[in-house]
Amino acid sequence: MKEYTYSEKKDTRSGFGAGLLELGRTNENVVALCADLIGSLKMDAFKKEFPERFYQVGIAEANMMGLAAGMTIGGKIPFTGTFANFSTGRVYDQIRQSIAYSGKNVKICASHAGLTLGEDGATHQILEDVGMMKMLPHMVVINPCDFNQTKAATIAIADYEGPVYLRFGRPAVPNFTPADQKFEIGKAVMLNEGTDVTIIATGHLVWKAIEAGHKLAEKGINAEIINIHTIKPLDDEAILKSVGKTKCVVTAEEHQMHGGLGDSVAQLLGRQLPTPLEMVAVNDSFGESGTPDQLMEKYGLSTDNIVAAAERAISRK
Amino acid sequence: MKNQQLNNSIIVNPHNKSIDEMKQIAAQVRRDIVRMVHAVNSGHPGGSLGCTDYFVSLYFRVMNYKPQPFNMDGEGEDLFFLSNGHISPVWYSVLARAGFFEVSELATFRKINSRLQGHPATEEGLPGIRVASGSLGQGLSVAVGAAQTKKLNKDNNLVYVLMGDGELGEGQVWEAAMYAAHNKVDNLIATVDRNYQQIDGGTEEVLALGDLRAKFEAFGWHVLEADGNNFETLLPALEDAKKATGNGKPVMILMNTEMGFGVDFMMGSHKWHGVAPNDEQLEIALQQLAVEQASDY
Repeated sequence: MKEYTYSEKKDTRSGFGAGLLELGRTNENVVALCADLIGSLKMDAFKKEFPERFYQVGIAEANMMGLAAGMTIGGKIPFTGTFANFSTGRVYDQIRQSIAYSGKNVKICASHAGLTLGEDGATHQILEDVGMMKMLPHMVVINPCDFNQTKAATIAIADYEGPVYLRFGRPAVPNFTPADQKFEIGKAVMLNEGTDVTIIATGHLVWKAIEAGHKLAEKGINAEIINIHTIKPLDDEAILKSVGKTKCVVTAEEHQMHGGLGDSVAQLLGRQLPTPLEMVAVNDSFGESGTPDQLMEKYGLSTDNIVAAAERAISRK
Repeated sequence: MKNQQLNNSIIVNPHNKSIDEMKQIAAQVRRDIVRMVHAVNSGHPGGSLGCTDYFVSLYFRVMNYKPQPFNMDGEGEDLFFLSNGHISPVWYSVLARAGFFEVSELATFRKINSRLQGHPATEEGLPGIRVASGSLGQGLSVAVGAAQTKKLNKDNNLVYVLMGDGELGEGQVWEAAMYAAHNKVDNLIATVDRNYQQIDGGTEEVLALGDLRAKFEAFGWHVLEADGNNFETLLPALEDAKKATGNGKPVMILMNTEMGFGVDFMMGSHKWHGVAPNDEQLEIALQQLAVEQASDY
């Protein structure tokens, strides 16, 4: 099992803030909108340095999505910022009609996704956003795993013409991705080559998948670990190649089982390479208040859950 | 470099028609509307007929634009957005007759493989349309965003948007109204088609809109009123609206129209909001919409 080290834990939302600031300096067409959550989205630095390209929208997310769609007309690249809950479910029809169906070059940047929002509870812990967004034609869906990858993804999506949903979160997680690693939309990142089981993880679950890989190695199980930062378009080729070798698969994500990464992988394999599959995801349930670690434990998204799922998958080969 | 190019070729209205000419064009557009909805036995003639004179005024006199080649970014052009997308027949007819695409294409309205979708869309690449609409309440936000980009780009042209009055029930409209005033988006001329009708009946019965002038003024807008079915007063009102831009406030025209205007049995009733005429009704409508030289598609 390959060793991954990190010098510090950082929040992925700060990776977004850092990427946005860099974009401000390198791409004059980038504009940013925020619905009264500048601090939470780490958009302060962009606002300070580029006040003329920053739009405070207030608590009016539907308007924010429409504004962003309109701002593209004339060549701007709008990045909207609010919590994942208010970036998706609250404004689904605005995104569907004014952005996705209209093919607008809007980047919907969503923080505080999933259970790791913690104490605020289920009203804010959206676990359905990936499903909603991946169903929309034309929409690209990205869920990076750490600070560096979120920063790189933020910068990369400005060069892609079309609507993108970029999902990130609040907790500090190990920042292990190399700072200079190029972010390629739709291209899986191989973290560990193995032979016994493929673990496909996204977002905050990627580090847990690495931890699970070590635990499995202690048990003599050689896991292949893939970081799928782009859920749509899915890197079919990388998944099929890996699963063709290991013959069983585990998916891991901070999202509902229905509609998430696991669903996409199951659909791919069902069509092209039927394989035993286990999902580490929230099982048709809302979250609740608690610390992020307590919640990940209670809702079955821990390192040990991935280990157990891998063993189940292997036993079904 | 870009700004220099803009200055070198100032875009004006490509038609600049007289009122008499616009009356003939409006009659032809109304003929198109009833024939289009009749042909597919669906679509929305009422609001389309009511707003015909407004569309003809914008595209044949008031707005500065270039129909071909169509430029999605609209740099150096006035932009128009239709928020109440269901009145697509009037927009399609006016776009075709203003030169965005062939008039013959109107025959494909609402048919399979057409660029003329039931509600306006960009997906099929119909020139003249910059955003999809149909699900109500979204157009004002889009127009405000486009107006803000014009300001960033130092493009002095204007942005127009039309909304239905029933559509004002959507909360997003008021979010956008508050935002536009707060941010002094004064290169925007919004218009509400005040025909007092919506699908289920009168607007004041379904969900009373009340004093819209007072409401928009309270939101910080510069408000004008106009008769939308009379070129002699509508054109000066549109000029007044232009003069009101650039003064720190978004501009709103409350435009009184009669749903179904031009066809007597369709006028003033919500019943023709989304119903097509039958063969006999079409003939009667076309007789009432006589033009000196009809050029039906």
